Amino acid sequence: MSNNGPKTLFDKIWSDHLVGQRDDGTSLLYIDRHLVHEVTSPQAFEGLKLSNRKVRRPEATFATADHNVPTINRENISDEQSRIQVETLAKNTKEHNIEYFELSDRRQGIVHIIGPEQGITQPGMTMVCGDSHTSTHGAFGALAFGIGTSEVEHVLATQTIVQKPAKNMRIAVNGKLPFGVTSKDLILYIIGQIGTAGGNGHVIEYAGTSLKPLSMESRMTICNMSIEAGARAGLIAPDQITFDYIKGRPYAPSKDHWEKAIEYWSSLPSDQDAFYDNELIINSDEIDPMVTWGTSPEDVVAVSGFVPDPSSGKTENKQKSIQRSLDYMGLKSGTKITDIKLDKIFIGSCTNGRIEDLRNVASVVKDKKISSHISGMIVPGSGLVKKQAEEEGLSKIFIDAGFEWRDAGCSMCLGMNPDQLKPGERCASTSNRNFEGRQGRGGRTHLMSPELAAASAIKGNISDIRDFI
Amino acid sequence: MDKFNTLKGIAAPLPIVNIDTDMIIPKQFLKTIKRTGLGVSLFYEMRYDNDGKLIKDFVLNTSPYDQSKILVAGDNFGCGSSREHAPWSLKDFGIKCVLSTSFADIFYNNCFQNGILPIVVTPEQLDQLMTAASNQTEFHIDLPQQTIKAGNHSFNFEIEEFRKERLLQGLDDIGITLGYQDKISNYEDEKQNQKPWLFKDK
Repeated sequence: MSNNGPKTLFDKIWSDHLVGQRDDGTSLLYIDRHLVHEVTSPQAFEGLKLSNRKVRRPEATFATADHNVPTINRENISDEQSRIQVETLAKNTKEHNIEYFELSDRRQGIVHIIGPEQGITQPGMTMVCGDSHTSTHGAFGALAFGIGTSEVEHVLATQTIVQKPAKNMRIAVNGKLPFGVTSKDLILYIIGQIGTAGGNGHVIEYAGTSLKPLSMESRMTICNMSIEAGARAGLIAPDQITFDYIKGRPYAPSKDHWEKAIEYWSSLPSDQDAFYDNELIINSDEIDPMVTWGTSPEDVVAVSGFVPDPSSGKTENKQKSIQRSLDYMGLKSGTKITDIKLDKIFIGSCTNGRIEDLRNVASVVKDKKISSHISGMIVPGSGLVKKQAEEEGLSKIFIDAGFEWRDAGCSMCLGMNPDQLKPGERCASTSNRNFEGRQGRGGRTHLMSPELAAASAIKGNISDIRDFI
Repeated sequence: MDKFNTLKGIAAPLPIVNIDTDMIIPKQFLKTIKRTGLGVSLFYEMRYDNDGKLIKDFVLNTSPYDQSKILVAGDNFGCGSSREHAPWSLKDFGIKCVLSTSFADIFYNNCFQNGILPIVVTPEQLDQLMTAASNQTEFHIDLPQQTIKAGNHSFNFEIEEFRKERLLQGLDDIGITLGYQDKISNYEDEKQNQKPWLFKDK
């Protein structure tokens, strides 16, 4: 990265947060905002205590409980270990004066939903959280990435992190998104193209004309799954849509600072002729509504397609891996994707648990019933998303259609709470990972957009939204 | 943190690509508030059946691999979540070194925080090391010399100087960074003028 030449969005944020740098490139990077949740923080707070260290900037740190919490009857958490983790977070945040959105607080929710919702997430920031989907916040032009618990402790104690600069990758998607194609399909398509290790060591900047009209909610879905392509972070340049979203939110810059903030944010987009280590250009008309068939997010296929044959793998290892996935998923090569029968539908998660997602689901399921053999669950991303959905009448549409309407949390995305698949159950899920056992031991996950999951709930099979409307 | 210098022993072969952190340590074990005790749950779903009994033919359940300190694994090891429980469970089992053609970034960082050495090798080297591991050949990892020896095979490997130093000396990152407190404070003072909306607490 040169100091004087044209810079990428990533280069600009990086150099503006450098506290120091070693000869080998290892850098001490300042962290503007730190999000904390119950699962990856207890050992970090314990470490502080053992070393008699304090939290350097409690006011730059925000906490909530999301991974482990029940989404029903949550007044008493019956699982003892889960309850202890939530109580430990309450105790730790109180002890260190950290703002904590507790379960009884309307503002509680999935950490990556509430950061933006509260206006905590802003362009040009560095943000970290002990969760890989921290990449979500990149939709605002913030450099945001997941860290381990030791690093959580490091950030709590020093407000900095030790990092090497990432490489720059640019993925431009051009053209209007075809009918039935959402930002979820777009990111699934990209992961299918570059693979789950394709972004390793890189920060991916998403650009191109397809992204320009997208809402912040849709942009967040794209950046959220950058980690599924192996990238350290995803980024989208901030623009008027970004500024309009942030304005007036509780932790947004105050009126006194607003103009100055806009001026700074407007300087962030990548310069023309900035250098990228890798570039990929995609035409939007290549993209269909996408579904995963296997146990890695790169195992994607158009919903109009077929379950692949192991011989389609380019290497022997890939062929073995396809066979292993097919065995786990209980699928035969050549099966039409829309012939795959489902048991469960999960709509929610930090990928697709925002109000726009719920509106889209409601528009598909309104005045319809989910298939008699399907059990469907809709989990809003935050207490405020839940409230808004209820005020807009969406929850009534869901309940009338036969869905369960739950409280906010990560829920069946990772099944740490009681929301899990049973062995062999097949689920259409709007979440981000279809790993073996992710949603419950032996559970089979097909990732897709909320629109496809909604249509699939009605039909009982994986369904193409384009045949549905 | 534990120091890492040299390591001798047999290596367990795990020829699967994209081994994710959910496979290394499933979610039900993330409810702990401790860093220790996760070794028995390492690779839980591959290691135990539905009744919680050991699956006999899984490599880490067979002798002598149940004593392995080294793991040889397929590409993109440790992809998925940021859970440090993954290296904690490897370490608690006794694994101190993992060899693969690539690692996911967060997992790679997390290893160094726990005295585990992840080594990136070429696809050809991985094939040879996988075979050597299957033959129960003794591996010899030398961090100061940056070499891997296994039977007739001998390779050099790359590691960043700062990470190497820290592993050799078992240094704690936080302690090092706290030595730069003045620089951090100076940075905050400077940025508070440029970006006052980020420093309401100051």
